Amino acid sequence: MTGTDWPLWEVFVRSRRGLSHTHAGSLHAPDARMALRNARDLYTRRSEGVSIWVVPSDAITASSPDEKDPFFEPAGDKAYRHPTFYEIPEGVRHL
Amino acid sequence: MTTTAPETVDRAALEAVFDAAVAADERIEPRDWMPDAYRTTLIRQIAQHAHSEIIGMQPEANWITRAPSLRRKAILMAKVQDEAGHGLYLYSAAETLGVGRDELLDKLHAGRQRYSSIFNYPTLTWADVGAIGWLVDGAAITNQVPLCRCSYGPYARAMIRVCKEESFHQRQGYELLLALSRGTEAQHAMAQDAVDRWWWPSLMMFGPPDGESPHSAQSMAWKIKRHSNDELRRRFVDICVPQAESLGLTLPDPDLRWNEETGHYDFGPIDWDEFNEVLRGNGPCNEQRLARRREAHEEGAWVREAAAAYAAKHAPAPGPGGGTPHPTPERGTAASGPTEHPEAMA
Repeated sequence: MTGTDWPLWEVFVRSRRGLSHTHAGSLHAPDARMALRNARDLYTRRSEGVSIWVVPSDAITASSPDEKDPFFEPAGDKAYRHPTFYEIPEGVRHL
Repeated sequence: MTTTAPETVDRAALEAVFDAAVAADERIEPRDWMPDAYRTTLIRQIAQHAHSEIIGMQPEANWITRAPSLRRKAILMAKVQDEAGHGLYLYSAAETLGVGRDELLDKLHAGRQRYSSIFNYPTLTWADVGAIGWLVDGAAITNQVPLCRCSYGPYARAMIRVCKEESFHQRQGYELLLALSRGTEAQHAMAQDAVDRWWWPSLMMFGPPDGESPHSAQSMAWKIKRHSNDELRRRFVDICVPQAESLGLTLPDPDLRWNEETGHYDFGPIDWDEFNEVLRGNGPCNEQRLARRREAHEEGAWVREAAAAYAAKHAPAPGPGGGTPHPTPERGTAASGPTEHPEAMA
């Protein structure tokens, strides 16, 4: 009755100049131009954006099926990458 | 689908990780392992929610051409358009669970998935547009605000967007009723009549009493649901009573009174027979709503086909750069994070 689904697109919206595009959601559309128009109607009805990217969902390569896997482990034990790791005597300023 | 765990992995271990995430109030994301029943429950609930949004366009759209002013007409069109948008956010959320958009629409059209029974009542007068905004959207907001903290990430995120937009819906309805209530005698009577007809069905929107709600306990354990049906219903009544007073309208319940001891309003018994009849398909507009929905879908088929044919003709491969001039995104700044859609993992 329905026919085939249009491809799925991921929508990224820049909410204002100076900020990066952020993932807003997804939608179906037959092509890139329609995806942009649909994204405008769906995700910026209240002026939430000044720029939109649409990306075919199947063009995205994701890190791994498990969001908490060893892929991210190397950063786990490197607290010295954060400024708070270092002890500085009290009274030292501008550091 | 990539959500199936390798058989070598111990199911109990996966379940423990899932349970711990829920217990810690973390969000479950699409590609996390989740119990089948959790997935099924979410698909049923989100699909029903999405269907409600798009079926809900009908009773109000009924009044667009007869709105009493350009201001009211523009507001009503924006609201009905929002409902379509809410449906789309929710269908997207459902799709992250591995179900197709077509499949969901087919099930709606075949009557195999439900939508909220409230939309099977007719909008008889202009005041009904106000009563829907105030009471129906008000009840929906009461239900939906806790869903913003639902354990399933995509559903929670969709609800945050929806709730932000719903508050205009409720306020425009209240303002509309206020204008009628303060208008002529006939206008006041029209507003009162609408509230009289929508009050009880709105209370039914919270679902059966806690003792008779089959899925509630499990949904609360999974933190899909955060409050019981009766608790949310009581919260809604407490909110509405003073709002009705400010409107200068009454609520059609002789048993409604403040209870000093409980700190809540007591209210009369709900006619669950009526609720069950409407659920069974015997409400005033069940057939009409579904028929209209199928008709709209069928009549739109040529548009979908034409767009698909155009896309096929102009783009050898679906995707950016297929003949459509548009700026290239800055390299390296596009999200390289995981997509939420199982389709993307194919």
